[in-house]
Amino acid sequence: MTDEKKPVDNNQKPSSADSSVEPSAQTKTVASATAAPKVKPKPRPKKAPPEPPKGPPDQAPPDDVEVPLYVKALQDGLPNAVDQVSYWVGDWTVIVSADRLLEVGRFLRDNPATAFDYCSDVTATDWPPRAKRFDMIYCLYSVSLRQRIRVKVRVGEGEAVSSVTEIWPAANWLEREVYDQFGVNIIDHPDLRRILMPDDWQGHPQRKDYPLEGPGEYLMENPQDWLRLRNLPDEAEIE
Amino acid sequence: MTLQTPRVTTSASAFDTDELVLNMGPQHPSTHGVLRVVLRLDGERVVHADCVIGYIHRGVEKLCENRDWTQIILLTDRMDYVAAASSNLGYCEAVEKLMQVEVPRRARYIRTILAELQRIASHCLWLGTHAMDVGAMTVLLYAFRERELLLDLFEEYCGARLTYNAMRVGGLPLDIPSGWDKKVLAFCDLMEPKLDEYEQLLTNNRIWLQRTRNIGVISGEEATAIGLCGPPLRGSGVSRDLRKDEPNAAYEEFDFDIPLGTKGDIYDRYLIRMEEFKQSIRIIRQAVTGLPEGPVMGKVPRLIKPPAGETYHAIESPKGEIGYFLVSDGKSTNPYRFRVRPPSFCNLQALSRLVKGHLVADVVALIGTIDIVLGEVDR
Repeated sequence: MTDEKKPVDNNQKPSSADSSVEPSAQTKTVASATAAPKVKPKPRPKKAPPEPPKGPPDQAPPDDVEVPLYVKALQDGLPNAVDQVSYWVGDWTVIVSADRLLEVGRFLRDNPATAFDYCSDVTATDWPPRAKRFDMIYCLYSVSLRQRIRVKVRVGEGEAVSSVTEIWPAANWLEREVYDQFGVNIIDHPDLRRILMPDDWQGHPQRKDYPLEGPGEYLMENPQDWLRLRNLPDEAEIE
Repeated sequence: MTLQTPRVTTSASAFDTDELVLNMGPQHPSTHGVLRVVLRLDGERVVHADCVIGYIHRGVEKLCENRDWTQIILLTDRMDYVAAASSNLGYCEAVEKLMQVEVPRRARYIRTILAELQRIASHCLWLGTHAMDVGAMTVLLYAFRERELLLDLFEEYCGARLTYNAMRVGGLPLDIPSGWDKKVLAFCDLMEPKLDEYEQLLTNNRIWLQRTRNIGVISGEEATAIGLCGPPLRGSGVSRDLRKDEPNAAYEEFDFDIPLGTKGDIYDRYLIRMEEFKQSIRIIRQAVTGLPEGPVMGKVPRLIKPPAGETYHAIESPKGEIGYFLVSDGKSTNPYRFRVRPPSFCNLQALSRLVKGHLVADVVALIGTIDIVLGEVDR
């Protein structure tokens, strides 16, 4: 739509100039000469930015790959807890719903076939167009059986996800970081404060809609409100 | 003048002591950078410790999500800046896993050599600063003397002394310079007697023993639960070394042992790292003598664009498990999500548990024993 409109505007400009200024042969040629290159770059081959992906691929395991015992044990031990099993380049991921996370976590830690007693990492990904925009990802490891699994939970903005610190105390700081960087609403956490950013920071930097360049002058002008000012559409156009 | 009536106190509270809040850092030489620890003290005993971090947070993860897959290698240098080659290795292998790229055997060997030299360099820095925190100045000078030789080796290989940018997705940018392998072997020969020198200074030193034995004891189960990794976890007797458990680079082709502690105190962690020096030398010797011929770069497209998918890949860095969680959307030339699992960050989490009940002076020793680099903690 905007691309169609703009050339029209451009054509009007030289015509209005023609009407106001006395039409002499010289000026006219100059005007047309200037107008001609102006028209040229208008249908800019401006590459549209690639559309943001709608969500993770979460590939289903191919038929020739055998499902490992620990995934089977989870599916047998807690029927209907696993929504989806995904496999990619050797990594197994189970996707569970937020309300069954603690149940799944306890099972994975305590069952002898799984024995995931070590929480390697807790992190998140942000997929803004999706209704449940965040993926909470728990990378688990079993020290005795030397195996890995990822547990994934989909959460929307403001939706609660239980803290897993009671199962793996290692998740304490990692969950604080997820809260700090993504603003995921983690409940029942013993000490939920920001960890990397200052306590009074606005916004959550790892979200995809957070600007890359930082506050700059906005912070000077309005320290309370720079993020909102930064995201105002007309402000962006003045720039 | 008004006479003030003396405050009546009950006998119990008369002998009560107030808890003192002591702020340690962020400008403190023994915090190894800008770490702030808020200590709550009862006399000289630590009741509670709260770590405040983020002073040099640069948003590395956010930056990486807006850079090419290749440009990121340079940023991984800046996280753990005393073990840049290990960070490079972990990242490159994670991308290779995502792209399913085969790395030539010679490249994997040289990567192993670099990673192990890096482990020695990192442990030299740990040993020097840790001993100095506890009060032994000489060890710092000795350890930095050998670290200097290592930095010279790295400089000869890639031109940089600290941030190497020494690896690429699919292999290495450079083959080793001629004669470099001999120099590495010569360094190994030189390093072994030096290790005895360090040990003579510390291992049976009475002051060192008193400052390190039975300090910061943590059991194996608790260390696993709290997420310790690397030498602090092995110090508690948990056999977990990713070089053995999930072999990367060329580690499965070499013989080496994983030292384990029994007690889980500072002294055990010290002994483990001293043994890791020797095991690293052992690995380097095997790798240099068995170095295969061939190319150092695999077949990788010029424009790196992994197919859509995600992976988590972890390796054993000098500090512990450094893991990379990468998500590719398959369309753009930068990762959709770049996440590092920093070993220093996860180990530092255990500090408040380790210092409980110990003296203020032991806090300094305990910060040294978990071997943190704030560049990696804050990213």
